[in-house]
Amino acid sequence: MTGGPLLELDGLSTHYVGARGTRITRAVEDVSFTLDAGETLGIVGESGSGKTTLALSILRLLPPGARIVSGALRFEGEDLLAKSPREMQHIRGKRIAMILQDPMASLNPLFTVGDQVAEPIRVHEHASRRSAWAQARNLLGSVHIAAPERRVGEYPHQLSGGMRQRIVGAIAISCEPRLLIADEPTTSLDVTIQAQYLHLLSEIQRERGLALIFITHNLGIVARMCDMVAVMYAGRIVESGPVRRIFDAPAHPYTRALLESIPRFGEADVRLTAIDGQPPDPAALPAGCAFQPRCVKAIDRCRVERPPRFVVGAKHGAACWLCG
Amino acid sequence: MKRFVLKRLGYAVISLFLLSATIFFFVRVTGDPTTLLVEPGASRDDIEALRAQLGLDRSLLIQYVSFLSSAVRGDFGHSFYYRTPVLELYLSRLPNSLFLAVVAMTFSLVIGIPSGILAAVRVNGFWDGAGKMFTLLGLSMPQFWVGLLMILFFSVYLGWLPSSGSGTPWHVLMPAFALGWYFAAAHMRLTRSSMLEVLGSEYVKLARLKGLPEALVIAKHAFKNALIPVLTLAGINLVTMVNVAVVVETVFAWPGVGRLLYEGIAFRDFPIVQANVLLGGTMIVVVSLVVDLLYAVIDPRIRYER
Amino acid sequence: MSISRAAVLTLPWRLTSVRIEAQALIPIVILTVLMLTAIFADVIAPYNPEIGTLGDRFQPPAWLTGGSTAHLLGTDHLGRDVLSRLIFGARVSMVVGFMAVIFAGVVGTVLGVLSGYLGGWVDQLIMRLTDTWLALPGLTFAIFLAAIVGPSMWNIVIILALVFWTRYARVIRGEVLSLRERDFVRLAIVAGCSKRTIMRRHILPNVLNSAIVIATLMLGIVIVTEASLSFLGVGVPPPKPAWGLMLADGKKGMMAGYWWLTVLPGTCIALLVLSSNLLGDWLRVKLDPQLRQL
Repeated sequence: MTGGPLLELDGLSTHYVGARGTRITRAVEDVSFTLDAGETLGIVGESGSGKTTLALSILRLLPPGARIVSGALRFEGEDLLAKSPREMQHIRGKRIAMILQDPMASLNPLFTVGDQVAEPIRVHEHASRRSAWAQARNLLGSVHIAAPERRVGEYPHQLSGGMRQRIVGAIAISCEPRLLIADEPTTSLDVTIQAQYLHLLSEIQRERGLALIFITHNLGIVARMCDMVAVMYAGRIVESGPVRRIFDAPAHPYTRALLESIPRFGEADVRLTAIDGQPPDPAALPAGCAFQPRCVKAIDRCRVERPPRFVVGAKHGAACWLCG
Repeated sequence: MKRFVLKRLGYAVISLFLLSATIFFFVRVTGDPTTLLVEPGASRDDIEALRAQLGLDRSLLIQYVSFLSSAVRGDFGHSFYYRTPVLELYLSRLPNSLFLAVVAMTFSLVIGIPSGILAAVRVNGFWDGAGKMFTLLGLSMPQFWVGLLMILFFSVYLGWLPSSGSGTPWHVLMPAFALGWYFAAAHMRLTRSSMLEVLGSEYVKLARLKGLPEALVIAKHAFKNALIPVLTLAGINLVTMVNVAVVVETVFAWPGVGRLLYEGIAFRDFPIVQANVLLGGTMIVVVSLVVDLLYAVIDPRIRYER
Repeated sequence: MSISRAAVLTLPWRLTSVRIEAQALIPIVILTVLMLTAIFADVIAPYNPEIGTLGDRFQPPAWLTGGSTAHLLGTDHLGRDVLSRLIFGARVSMVVGFMAVIFAGVVGTVLGVLSGYLGGWVDQLIMRLTDTWLALPGLTFAIFLAAIVGPSMWNIVIILALVFWTRYARVIRGEVLSLRERDFVRLAIVAGCSKRTIMRRHILPNVLNSAIVIATLMLGIVIVTEASLSFLGVGVPPPKPAWGLMLADGKKGMMAGYWWLTVLPGTCIALLVLSSNLLGDWLRVKLDPQLRQL
């Protein structure tokens, strides 16, 4: 592989602009990270922290009213922000793929499973119908769906939730992308199926050398699946670094609080610590550090000035005045 | 699937029963149906004969049964004016109404669906605004007034189109437009909202994420899903059109069942009126049934319903 | 709705919330004007709408040649003043329209509540009836009923109410079904309230919103149906001025080019229907977005 990271984000910001130009929602603000081939990055945050908007920004598939307002976005060395809609369309599905949260809603109820898996193959690789369907059957097999020849002809509502999400996975890998973005893929699944699915994702990643961005609010999954992790709060990355490092020695108070709020097996009598307060409204952010109203360690400077990212260790940084 | 068909059929049959019972009830509720069912100017003997024939001295239930059994056999009474069985009259006029309805429906779908899709795809743009205007006007202007206005403009003022009767393709243009205008607006509105909903769905999002060209996304994924409610409505509307065409047919003197109904009231020919309601309602029930069954063919989810 | 942009209002941007209301403002103004016209018809109308002088027949409106300010909007085939007939026609339309919509609303809402709340055979019966009734095309059924009882203003009101109550029942029943599962209803049941009390005090007030929205939307359809009935001759009987009747009369003069007898009454009908549709749509969005499927 050519040198250089697979994906590079530098100061990327995405804003939603309200109907009459008055209300600006800073969904994603000044996000920077790099991802190498084959690496797994976890993006963690509460609902509303901007995780999904970030994912959609990378694919440049934002809803109306949202725009990338600043920053750089490079994939395999190419500037994605300079691409025409047509060029982006060739990249989506073929070089960067995405898995969404709800598999029932992601699949079109009126078309067979086989049709929906074969579709990107036909579009991106100009394969014939027969060849695409044959590949679709193989793909169903590689995501461990039993009796794929039968399943290709079935409709989404005839399959179970776990199977549907595997189909969505099959669709994602159908054209051999280099990067797979998974937006909370296990949140809609039964707990018993979740582990199986994560196992499948790891397997796919290993076999195909995929880079994976895993978006979740579940730190346990991050611990299991990811090499690097970025913690998002109110649209910004507040801490990022290797998973091991961050779990052992979190630098940012928010990360620390998140880790503390996970109930630990075996500590039956310890009270759960929740984080006081609510995440801020992205359209009306406080001055200074966005986490400061809920932070137990806040100092005066936090209320006034927003902290930049301070390097805390190898590849490990946190945006907190206490680290500076 | 079989269960589904049987269930729908059962509902249809019950509806037909209730329909005939309702009609029966309303005719009898005035106390003396002979005033309605007998010719104006009939002698006392005729009235007595009719009274005996209808069996008005028997219980209501028996009367209903006999009413129902005649209906099932196709006997809806005789028209005073035309002196023929009403069913014959109705069936002879029906093709004209159906023809008018089909033309009007085609017109309404050809205008309604594409403009609805355009409005949804270019939401809040110029076409959407124009579409909204059209919808408002279409749904607010009474159909027969549109017809009258068209006659004023195209027949009286311009002299281009004939104002009444049937026979040439020119004759059907204005009545079909007047009839279809309202439905074009209704279909446009439904297509637009259905399309908007589909365009915002997760599977359309995934289709885009797959890198499918936008044209394919709209034509394949959005279109079929969005069209389902519209076609369902259109199917039912076809029959509704036949029934509400009364006024349009009257304005244009179009020889359909609507005009027949008008003649029924103008000439105080009650059997025509009664049959018109009965048969009109029956048609709707039957068509609803057919549409439901067709729905099952298009939408695989229904086919496999427990 | 972008109709607010189409409204010719240039309010300063800080009154943004008022701008949105433009969609409701226009219909409310129109409806109020019509209502006032209907109420004060005797005072406003220059002539008696039912009597005319044959010598003055078919006079065109004042701004055309042959017209005069004596009859601002011209006269009809019996020499009656069109403006006065339009004004009194407003009264007929408003009275018939409102009464029919209210009666239909009361019957429909009550049956909808009963059907939704009591369930069982009551529900089945009412629903089958509603479906059947709904299957009957409103106009045909109304004509049928009018043929039986004969035309008069009150008969028309009752007929229209009978034809249209089903539109309420269906939707209200749906609302009641979901209301039934709400906690405050369950608490009332546990507290031992009788079914009648629950329906009256808990369910009914909560469905009123939907009933009002439906009523506003129904007004348009009812008016058009009444106009159609009058046009066909089975609606409000002459010489009472109803806009539909005026259209029927107008047809007589159409071929000779007396266009105002057709255009003017129809415009009034269209305005009334338009306003009620606009208002109904706006209310629907404001009061209960759940009613999207109406």
